[in-house]
Amino acid sequence: MASKFVKNAVGRMIPEKINGKPVIPYQGVHKYITDGKRYAPPLPSSANYPEDGNKQVKDLKTAMKNAGIKDGMTISTHHHFRNGDLIANQIFQVASELGIKDLVWFPSASFPCHEPIIDYLKDGTIHHIEGSMNGPLGRFASLGHMRGAGVLRSHGGRYQSVQDGEVVIDIAVIAAPTADPFGNANGLTGESACGLLGFALADSQYAHKVIVVTDNLVPFPCIPWQIQGNYVDYVVEVDHIGIPERIISGTTRITRSPDRLFIAELTAKFCDEVGIIKNGFSFQAGAGGTSLAIGNYFGEIMREKGIKARFARGGSNQYLVDMLEEGLIDYILDGQTFDLAGVRSMRENPNHVNTSPFTSYNYHGKGNFAGIVDVVILGATEVDVNYNANVVTHSDGYLLHGIGGWQNCLFSKTVILPIPLFRDRIPIIRDEVTTICGPGELVDVIVTERGIAINPRRKDLLEKTANSKLPILSIEELKDEGERICGVPEPVKLGEKVIAAINWVDGTVIDVVYQVIE
Amino acid sequence: MAQIGTAGNQGPDIRSDCFASLKINKSGGIKIFLSSKVDALYKNSIQNLALQILDFYNVEHAELEIIDRGAISLILAARIEAVVKECLESDDEFLLDMIPENQNSTEKDHRRRSRLYLPGNSPKLMLNAGIHKPDAVILDLEDSVAPDKKSEARLVVRNSLRGLNFYGAERMVRINQLPAGLEDLEYVVPHYVNLILLPKCETADQVQAVDEKITQILTEAGLEHPVYIMPIIESALGVVNAYQIAAASDRVAALAIGLEDYTADLGTQRTREGRESFYARNQLVNAAKAAGIQAIDSVFSDVADMEALREVVLEAKSLGFDGMGCIHPRQIKVIHEAFAPTEAEITKSKKIVLAFDDATKKGLGVVSLGSKMIDPPVVKRAQNTITMALEASLIQENWKENDQD
Repeated sequence: MASKFVKNAVGRMIPEKINGKPVIPYQGVHKYITDGKRYAPPLPSSANYPEDGNKQVKDLKTAMKNAGIKDGMTISTHHHFRNGDLIANQIFQVASELGIKDLVWFPSASFPCHEPIIDYLKDGTIHHIEGSMNGPLGRFASLGHMRGAGVLRSHGGRYQSVQDGEVVIDIAVIAAPTADPFGNANGLTGESACGLLGFALADSQYAHKVIVVTDNLVPFPCIPWQIQGNYVDYVVEVDHIGIPERIISGTTRITRSPDRLFIAELTAKFCDEVGIIKNGFSFQAGAGGTSLAIGNYFGEIMREKGIKARFARGGSNQYLVDMLEEGLIDYILDGQTFDLAGVRSMRENPNHVNTSPFTSYNYHGKGNFAGIVDVVILGATEVDVNYNANVVTHSDGYLLHGIGGWQNCLFSKTVILPIPLFRDRIPIIRDEVTTICGPGELVDVIVTERGIAINPRRKDLLEKTANSKLPILSIEELKDEGERICGVPEPVKLGEKVIAAINWVDGTVIDVVYQVIE
Repeated sequence: MAQIGTAGNQGPDIRSDCFASLKINKSGGIKIFLSSKVDALYKNSIQNLALQILDFYNVEHAELEIIDRGAISLILAARIEAVVKECLESDDEFLLDMIPENQNSTEKDHRRRSRLYLPGNSPKLMLNAGIHKPDAVILDLEDSVAPDKKSEARLVVRNSLRGLNFYGAERMVRINQLPAGLEDLEYVVPHYVNLILLPKCETADQVQAVDEKITQILTEAGLEHPVYIMPIIESALGVVNAYQIAAASDRVAALAIGLEDYTADLGTQRTREGRESFYARNQLVNAAKAAGIQAIDSVFSDVADMEALREVVLEAKSLGFDGMGCIHPRQIKVIHEAFAPTEAEITKSKKIVLAFDDATKKGLGVVSLGSKMIDPPVVKRAQNTITMALEASLIQENWKENDQD
């Protein structure tokens, strides 16, 4: 079933069909404009729902049977519980018990706790996954063991695919830390509190059937209703929906590595010197140890100079909350909370606002927030000499990370990737990256421990640093320095089978991932 | 000779290093068993390097196992050479190219505010040491290397001196206590080491022995670059002999004090206030200055407490010390900040430098400020102070334009 390949706008060869569906190759930033109408799920009638508002059924299996689960359906889940999620595995266990085959799992992200999903991929319950595949699932898919090809989307791209009907969710299962029998739900309270449920918003509105699962059922009304019960078909109460200590992400500590701290400090110095850190500015830094350290250095500079930020985009955590409470930031616009300090702040502080991919990242909105942010700090596994960057595969070809909000954040005014020049002898700056996830025209600055490279497109930044003491080098010079230390890497031979597609924020395909030969 | 040679480190936490084991056979050719974290990108390069080294030592039949955790070539080479030398007798050295950056020499009065200790058998810590911009790095063969790892550490240190870029930091090696330390010199002196740290130094004889050995190695190799000595005083006797030690050789560029061993020798504990070592530190500074060389303070071992470190450095500076040891890269910045000139020092130095410029412009042989004559060493110190102030961004590059009047 060899598919024909066509070259897309970043020069990657893309098959004409993936999972039997036609593919639109990536055409360039802001080039692909679709018309047509927003996808709509079947029209419900309240007459078909209990008049007393009680949609509770006895267990997940009943809810799934009532929702009409059958072969080939698409089942969605969210990832607000991160590595502490207990529900996704149960869904497919139930489906497997019911003898259902060929499902598509459409999570907003997967984590190592989802390793048991491999069993359901093997026994035919699941055909393929459309969502990030981290760790064990990524390895399984990379080795070509998944029947269909994975489809990786950004958080915004997931919203886009639901809104334009590229993905039709048959059943959404929304695990909710607190809910009422009508289906109103939030993430603010309960033992599995995770802050917000923004990643499940599209699912609630567009899925044909919606099941809310909770371990903290409260009498109507559940306030606030981050998820509106009017979209919900069934409510299920279980003992536990998550493992609280694993819902709190393991990466939310400032790095202690002197080398990473060095990169973080250099990044903050750069932002200061080019005038990004000024009154009323906005920033987004991820939850990795280096990003947290950069936020901390930002805080030091802001304190010293009496600067206040208008807003910070979360992932929120203790460090960001501290800055909000100290008055260094007016608002946190939060997409996911990474620790209990974030959850508490969101519950108590009106200036800590919950957001969804719709507000922040969605392609089919009338604008989104991503471009308003002054500076965003992102990671990457590889960057090429044209600033194209990879965030999903390692240099050996393995698919080990999801896209998250990474692609969407590239639309920020300044995109900085602070990365070590090499990791375990593997140089990060390459002639070509293994997988292109973001086009180089959107990546502005690479900060490494051995120098800073500024994208030649950013003449303004080059001018501002022309007389700087900062170690500004060309990206080629950085690449040479990395290869001088590590040696020039040998080309990696990958298989011919396409194991995953990397979608761009507009639904076109920017690259594909090939099978790894062991 | 060993039947099976082993070298290097292994385990889940090991990075940028490898473990090698070698068994030389009578027949069967060369068999290489490689498991590498970076297999996909460097398998051929690692295997070719291994074959090249075995060929260099004329090993024709052997089984070589390499468990690689992302070691760069010069570390792989050091490990493979080490296992070969455990299995057969050879004085030949397998040397990779020396990078041009590491063929520079330093001045006797090179600035030595910070010197970062790097365990000689831990490549991971060496790789990025230079980015933190210490004035010097110390590749340590002494206390941080286990007794059974001394031989292999020498090869790691030698290869690092040749091939690792420390981005301008002075390259120092701490050798073992004599007599073992004399043998260490053979592995480092021909490879452009800038300075040798001589630990637990108690007498001038020891310095002279090191001096003679350095001269002999340089002469035999036809090399002429300066190699300085920094004796570390770590005992009561050493403190008493400090001046003789400082004056024992022209190569001695600085005296350092090691307070952990010194306080143990006194039979007391090292305290944060440091009253127990007050005499020793003063004596050391005085001896060093009498001999016209630098005085370097001990390391501060609480790597988490930067405020306490700052206080200790300020005190060291006030006692007359020119620098301190560091055991963690984060200490470097604090040390440099604390050694940075004060406002009063900068103001005074500016005046001296401007007076010097003025005298030069007018072709005067004598620099004077008001009615006072300024000696050349004072001018030089003022210039150093200005350099430090510029580096710490305490003054602008164009300060002369604004300070003329």
